[in-house]
Amino acid sequence: MELSKLLAVSMLSLAIAGCASSGGTTDEASNTDASAAESQTQGVPGSPDLDVVTEEQAAMASNAMLEQTTVYFGYDRSEIRPEFKDLLNAHAGYLVANPQASIVLEGHCDERGTVEYNLALGERRADTVKRYLIVQGANPSQIESVSFGEERPAMMGSDDSVMSKNRRAEIKYQ
Amino acid sequence: MIKRYIFLLLMSFCVSTQAELTIEITQGIASSIPISVVPFKFEGSLKDNMDQIVRSDLERSGHFTLLAPDDMLSLPATEDDIYFTDWRLLKQDYIVVGTVKSLPNKQYQIRYQLFDVFSETELLTQTLTGSASQLRDIAHRISDAVYEQLTGIRGAFSTKIAYVTTNPQRTAFSLSIADSDGAREKTVLTSKFSIISPSWSPDGKRLAYVLIEDDGSRVYIQHLETGKKELISAQKGINSAPSFSPDGKKLALVLSKDGNPEIYVVELATKNWTRVTSHYAIDTEPNWMPDGEHLIFTSGRTGNPQIYRVNLTSGYIERLTFEGSYNARARLAQDGRFLVLVHQANKGAPFRIASLDLMRGLLKSLTSDTQLDESPSVSPNGVMVMYAAKYNGRSILAAVSVAGDVRFLLPSKNGDVREPAWGPYLN
Repeated sequence: MELSKLLAVSMLSLAIAGCASSGGTTDEASNTDASAAESQTQGVPGSPDLDVVTEEQAAMASNAMLEQTTVYFGYDRSEIRPEFKDLLNAHAGYLVANPQASIVLEGHCDERGTVEYNLALGERRADTVKRYLIVQGANPSQIESVSFGEERPAMMGSDDSVMSKNRRAEIKYQ
Repeated sequence: MIKRYIFLLLMSFCVSTQAELTIEITQGIASSIPISVVPFKFEGSLKDNMDQIVRSDLERSGHFTLLAPDDMLSLPATEDDIYFTDWRLLKQDYIVVGTVKSLPNKQYQIRYQLFDVFSETELLTQTLTGSASQLRDIAHRISDAVYEQLTGIRGAFSTKIAYVTTNPQRTAFSLSIADSDGAREKTVLTSKFSIISPSWSPDGKRLAYVLIEDDGSRVYIQHLETGKKELISAQKGINSAPSFSPDGKKLALVLSKDGNPEIYVVELATKNWTRVTSHYAIDTEPNWMPDGEHLIFTSGRTGNPQIYRVNLTSGYIERLTFEGSYNARARLAQDGRFLVLVHQANKGAPFRIASLDLMRGLLKSLTSDTQLDESPSVSPNGVMVMYAAKYNGRSILAAVSVAGDVRFLLPSKNGDVREPAWGPYLN
């Protein structure tokens, strides 16, 4: 991917937080303040000076952010959680910088609740992400959305940690 | 004396065994009726043990306690052979006896009689004729007739069920049809895509369903006799939750082409579409009232899923469920007197199948021994509900009576089974 243009997008905060931003795979209940704080304060390992961000570092950070293509949701919820806004901002930035790029957003649910309601809920999740990216400047024509409901779980199983990984929207570049 | 001759028609399906459902009865009613179905007399051997099928049907209904043939003092085949004193001694209220006769053209004639042991009177006699492959149908007809005679409720043993079988990896799916006891499973569709929401036409000749393909969900109707699959809706967004109208001429379904899941009705002959709901919340899972003029559906318009009823002429919408944090996928039972639905009492509570008495407003949880109970489907006589659930880590079908007093499981020998749809009366 051509990411140099992303430098035009101001992403100093991403450079600092990006590499550590592994959050979002937790469910609503276990998404504590502690883990959120951790992802904000941890710096780029080995970074000589956080105040000076080189082109390479910024590109690396954006790259790392763009490699994250899944956002997670609370049970029966479709709002974007704050911890995923940086990730989505990075993808929006990429779409703005690369008007020829296009994505499909896949909405998914955990297995609780009815099959049909979950199909609708999965679409809502994909659409929420789509609207967010459009507000951030992406062109609507770059984004398709599709719901798979509870039919394509990321992980099999019924415990909370598994189900939290199944309540998600996946960004798929075409 | 009632004498009826029934000639059976068999629908033809392509054959492939997938799930192989078995039956495990977990709860019957305490005041069940003691009845003996004596092994039918036949000179020769038959593939299907008809009296055994009748015993299983009646026992599974929960309304009867069956005497095992080994415990019978004699095995009468006709009225003349019956010593009623013996059956009274065995504390039996009713007895069924029968004979099977070979006819020249590879047909069989089955004659059976139902007697009241106390009054020593005949309550029912039927003579039925069919080929070897129809003996199972005939056995279910006998069960239907005995059940109706003794309970006053039409039997639904002769009906079919449809369901989806999948591998644990969810990469291979098949839509199958079987007898209501799980026997004679036939696969009508295999797909690498998820098959959801099978819905029977009222004549039992078509199944509507949804395929969740790579680029979205699509609604199809499959004609069971020919296997022909017809695309009904492939609009942008969701195409799902099909439900046939009582006259079989229309389909209610959900489309999100306008940006949000809304309920539509399509006239199948003219492809004339009508939008029914208009709300920014999720509206889904429509199901027709018997009058053909109302739909019930699930809506998230108050923040969590609840059941509503819409008048298709006036557009008037009325909320039906108020108790619980999640009420969805409602189906009607007993001419619309009861709703059967997926119910969660509060956030974090288990998902159960519940009934709601619409006249009294009473909601009753029916299930407790399975997890993640969903997809309830009501037998056409309104007595039993088949549903999908997790049990010992697998997806299985289970059944519970609308009254909550009879339960059985239908574990499969292979694969996960989901999305049951109880078919209509076929005769």
